[in-house]
Amino acid sequence: MQFWDGYKGSSFLELIAIDHAQLKPDVGGWLAQVGAVPMVPHGTTCISLRYVDGAMVAADRLATMGYQVASREIEKLWVTDQSSVMAIAGAAGPAIEMARLIAIQFEHREKIEGEPLELEGKANTLSQMIRQNLPAAMQGLAVVPLFAGYDVRRKTGRVWKYEITGGRYEEREYESIGSGSLFARESLKKSFMPEATRADALLMAIEALKDAADEDRATGGVDLERGIYPRVKTCTARGVEDISDEEIAQAYQRVLERRRRPRG
Amino acid sequence: MAFPFYVNPEQMTAEKAEYARKGIARGKSIVTLEYEGGVLMVAENPTKLQKVGEIYDRIGFAGVGKLSEFDRLRKMGIQWADVEGYRFSRGDVRGKALANVYSQVLGEEFTRSPKPFEVEIVVAEVGDESLAGHEKNALFKIGFDGTIQDQEGFIVIGGSVDNLQNHMSSQYRAGLSLAAALKLGRDALHRAENGNPDLGARHLEVALLDRARTGRKFRRLAAPEIQELLT
Repeated sequence: MQFWDGYKGSSFLELIAIDHAQLKPDVGGWLAQVGAVPMVPHGTTCISLRYVDGAMVAADRLATMGYQVASREIEKLWVTDQSSVMAIAGAAGPAIEMARLIAIQFEHREKIEGEPLELEGKANTLSQMIRQNLPAAMQGLAVVPLFAGYDVRRKTGRVWKYEITGGRYEEREYESIGSGSLFARESLKKSFMPEATRADALLMAIEALKDAADEDRATGGVDLERGIYPRVKTCTARGVEDISDEEIAQAYQRVLERRRRPRG
Repeated sequence: MAFPFYVNPEQMTAEKAEYARKGIARGKSIVTLEYEGGVLMVAENPTKLQKVGEIYDRIGFAGVGKLSEFDRLRKMGIQWADVEGYRFSRGDVRGKALANVYSQVLGEEFTRSPKPFEVEIVVAEVGDESLAGHEKNALFKIGFDGTIQDQEGFIVIGGSVDNLQNHMSSQYRAGLSLAAALKLGRDALHRAENGNPDLGARHLEVALLDRARTGRKFRRLAAPEIQELLT
């Protein structure tokens, strides 16, 4: 056990890189050996939007590998601490690993220093992790998440999107990522209401996911056969909470009723 | 040829231990005790610097003596626990293993370095009914020379431990409520020779490992909450 000589800062990422390098995946090394990345599961559509209580994040549950289903029940929303969520799309493996690492990073820093990072500081940490992943991203293992949370200091929900070089852009209304994101964004463009209630925000989110699933074959909708519903989480002053499958099913029914057109 | 200066190991060890004990005796005390809902840590600490801290989901830390030394040990414990949890799973991070790591580090420092650590620490772990073999709380005390003790009920560390220890031995019983446990801890601290005989909420640093919480079970009590429990 290293003691006085060991790493003394408050970053778990640096601790792993400096004192436990064997735990850090050497993606550059693999790519040099393998040449190209084999086919891996990809997550598809996630959305995030701001509403009156904070921020809402939603995602379907499908992961695809080429034209095939890799998983029908993948988790794309990762709770990173008591007030923030990371939504992932793209290569699922590195994205889930990044979500896991960043959750430990936030907790580690909070325990070492005795207080949590500001939401802005958390969003920035994610930026740096994405930037470090750039070599892998260039080979097709891109991680381009959404990050949403409740800013305790400003008393509001906040949403960021990222690009593969670590660029970080805060959105005032809504954002979507993944293969179906074009359709989800178009849907939200029409349905979005500022200062929406929780119920309205849920309807907008479910409708956007339905629109994405309608047009993009890789996005999973509601799977009635298996009883699989999209995941929806809220980040508010009460922390991160799940919206239950029953509530999502009701919202889905309302969207269906509004849009059902009998052939005739 | 110059001969290295011979030091009698027995004498050197005794002197080092004496030095460490003196350093620890100057510090304020901390009482760690089990109550019906988990584990409670009560420290006499009028400053903003903290002596009690969170290590992992079910594990808490308390240290007395030289702050720079026990705080480094606290941080090292967090590093160890987070790496262990990352490498395996959250359930694999255990208090006993951490207590052993501390014991090794302190033991080695005591033998090797000319100046021993002037610290005494406690590793407390709250039990989890769903983990076979770990249903009960576990309390470990690790001394400046790496000696490790596993105790049931309560542990006292710091200066003038004997008075506190006697009070706790005569008054402690299993299954205390949170308020009763906090009062007992405070009353024990009143008996420290170097302590304040009238401790209010703002002189105390109190933290819980609350069995009822999910995930991270460590929680600090703020001064108003301590005040309410003490009255």
